[in-house]
Amino acid sequence: MSWMERLFDFRGGLHLDERKAMSTRHPIRVAPVPPQLVLPLSQHAGSPAKPMVRIGERVRRGQTIAEPDGFVSVPIHASSSGTVVAIEARPIPHVSGLPAPCIVIDTDGLDEPLPTPEWTPVEDFHALDAKTLREIVRRAGIAGLGGAGFPSFIKLSPGRAVETLIINGAECEPYISCDQQLMAERADEIIGGVQVILHAIGAPHCLIGVEDNKPDAIAALRAAAAHDARIQVRVVPTRYPQGGEKQLIQTLTGREVPSEGLPLDIGLVVHNPGTARAVFRAVRYAEPLTSRIVTVTGGAVAQPQNFEARLGTPMRFLIEQAGGYVQAPGRLLMGGPMMGFALPSDELPVIKATNCILAAAPGELRPDETAMPCIRCGACQEACPINLLPQQLYWHARGGEYDKARALNLFDCIECGCCAQVCPSHIPLVQYYRHAKTEIWAEERERRKADAARERHEARQARLEREARERQQARARKKAQLAAHKATADPSEAPLTASVAPAVNTDDPVAAAIAAAKAKKAAKASVAEGDDPVARAIAAAKAKKAASAASADGAPADDPVAAAIAAAKARKAAKAAGSEAASAAGAEDDPVARAIAAAKAKKAARETAEPDGEP
Amino acid sequence: MLAAIIALAALAAVFGLGLGFAAVRFKVEGDPLVEKIDKILPQTQCGQCGFPGCRPYAAAIAEGRAEINQCPPGGEEGILKLAELLGREPMPLNPENGVAKTVPTVAVIDENACIGCTKCIQACPVDAILGAAQQMHTVIASECTGCELCLPPCPVDCIQMVPIADTPRTWRWPLPDAVGKAT
Repeated sequence: MSWMERLFDFRGGLHLDERKAMSTRHPIRVAPVPPQLVLPLSQHAGSPAKPMVRIGERVRRGQTIAEPDGFVSVPIHASSSGTVVAIEARPIPHVSGLPAPCIVIDTDGLDEPLPTPEWTPVEDFHALDAKTLREIVRRAGIAGLGGAGFPSFIKLSPGRAVETLIINGAECEPYISCDQQLMAERADEIIGGVQVILHAIGAPHCLIGVEDNKPDAIAALRAAAAHDARIQVRVVPTRYPQGGEKQLIQTLTGREVPSEGLPLDIGLVVHNPGTARAVFRAVRYAEPLTSRIVTVTGGAVAQPQNFEARLGTPMRFLIEQAGGYVQAPGRLLMGGPMMGFALPSDELPVIKATNCILAAAPGELRPDETAMPCIRCGACQEACPINLLPQQLYWHARGGEYDKARALNLFDCIECGCCAQVCPSHIPLVQYYRHAKTEIWAEERERRKADAARERHEARQARLEREARERQQARARKKAQLAAHKATADPSEAPLTASVAPAVNTDDPVAAAIAAAKAKKAAKASVAEGDDPVARAIAAAKAKKAASAASADGAPADDPVAAAIAAAKARKAAKAAGSEAASAAGAEDDPVARAIAAAKAKKAARETAEPDGEP
Repeated sequence: MLAAIIALAALAAVFGLGLGFAAVRFKVEGDPLVEKIDKILPQTQCGQCGFPGCRPYAAAIAEGRAEINQCPPGGEEGILKLAELLGREPMPLNPENGVAKTVPTVAVIDENACIGCTKCIQACPVDAILGAAQQMHTVIASECTGCELCLPPCPVDCIQMVPIADTPRTWRWPLPDAVGKAT
């Protein structure tokens, strides 16, 4: 028990102005049903869900409207009753600002739930085995509500012994207070969820880490957990980024998550309190995840507060519920000022990962100042909670040396923004790291695609070879059969036919026909062997190119003479290209390919010669 | 004297066995250089280099039959990588083979215009076109390398190259504006 009661610490980090009090003056309010819900198919990490409703279909609250596609995926549910009016790409809250497929529901205001839930509510979850609980969590569409949105059921199937469950109630980022208020107001549901998760993963105990600036939450959780000795609430110092998974683990257990590893690698599983509550409600009341707590705050909002908002609610609707804007926001962010990202507008829906909508007054947040050159002061290195070398990462990311950045553990960066915050030159360091990360991912995607293309090309070559071989064998077999047949049918004439047949015996029509068929087949086979369609296509492409080049440097396109010259030129080029391609493909001389290429070139030349033809 | 000869003979035998074992045990299959070059090439299998596919081009480079600047899809980046691997001087892309594409593209068949001739299927180097004689054809977008080899054989010109659109999943963070400028 010794390490269980001691607190450790992580290096680096910052003390930031919290600004949480502005949104915690009112209790959590349940936001009304908005006129329209926009539910993106991808609100979680992993593959987007697949729609299972049609346009015009009536849906009810809690109904599954999109099913998971693949293992790392969760379903989407209608968060109120209404009619599906569109399934189309709409802007979603994502750093890219790109649209993504969404299901749009016009609500009818009745908020009618499904008559019977899609699974059975269970009073005593102890009766269920771990597998059933995981399935319920999966069907409820629960994805981590801390912000990353990783499907929670996967974390409930650890596949190895879990020593400790950790509930991350640190919520260290300024302005955000959704977890804080949830812990203070719904502590019993969170503890209920913790018990379900402990049962599902078979962990002996749970630590709930809460920063010491949330006394209400600590008191409420302690009261709710008093009856369960397995659950301990730990007060951790307030220091950004205490709520980082790796930092909280370090503070609570003194252990570090291995590089590019998961907490599970050291026998830990971390969940967000909101996720624990969602798990409880899914098991106890058979409620899918159709709402979450969202902090609506910032100096531009009239009454900053926390809402229990339905997923898909337009952000503007929530801001209106909070009294609207008192002034035009200087910056609109999803998430906090440190790790959040700018939103292009407030017309975006609340998704499973939306913990905070921050509409800051102009000048409220640190302005984007002009970046100055790096002076190598090393302040970023002191602030880095992961013990990385931010300055080196910056140079490599900026220089496009992504391999080197990766070798310096770029992927262990949690993008907390401490380095950029302390940088005296105001260099947007985190953006460099994000750039490098996405470049590396893109490179990897490209490499995987190239590998797949190579494999497919090789498989195709093998197939073509096999087919050619089989044809040859079939021909040889036929020949042998024919010879054998002839020999048995008329042994006396055998030597005669053998010598006469190739020369085509005009006296014997049957023999002539056989010989002709044979010749035809042989010609076809040799064509098929020597004729590689790829080589042919290459030749044709070359010919087209040559033709267009010829017509481009020649006289006006409507001059028939010029056109003819161009055609001749193209034909010659095609002939050269054809033989070149054919020899490259291994065939010595390929008249068919050449002929086709020539024909193509002719066609191309004709096209370019026609005034209204395609260029 | 005898001891020295025996000692040397013994050493020779030991090393000989060791080398012989190593030659069998660690035998390198094929030409590793061709593999390495092939890894760098983009595998579009487009034949713009004049060779029927990326691997033949890789073999030609390895044998010194081709320059490293013949691959338009690989672009400048590919040339630099090849130059680094082979210790050669980087050179500009051979303009005769075409220009490097700035945006990746994918072939799309206008399915209303397709007459089901299977010519594009035969031309596709990676079997990314699905269809049968007299049946509509379609491109498996995720397998298409954008090589454009299906365009010339099409008798009704119903295939078009379409740029691949960015999605939130494939989107890349841009580099911040250079130091000295406002961010």
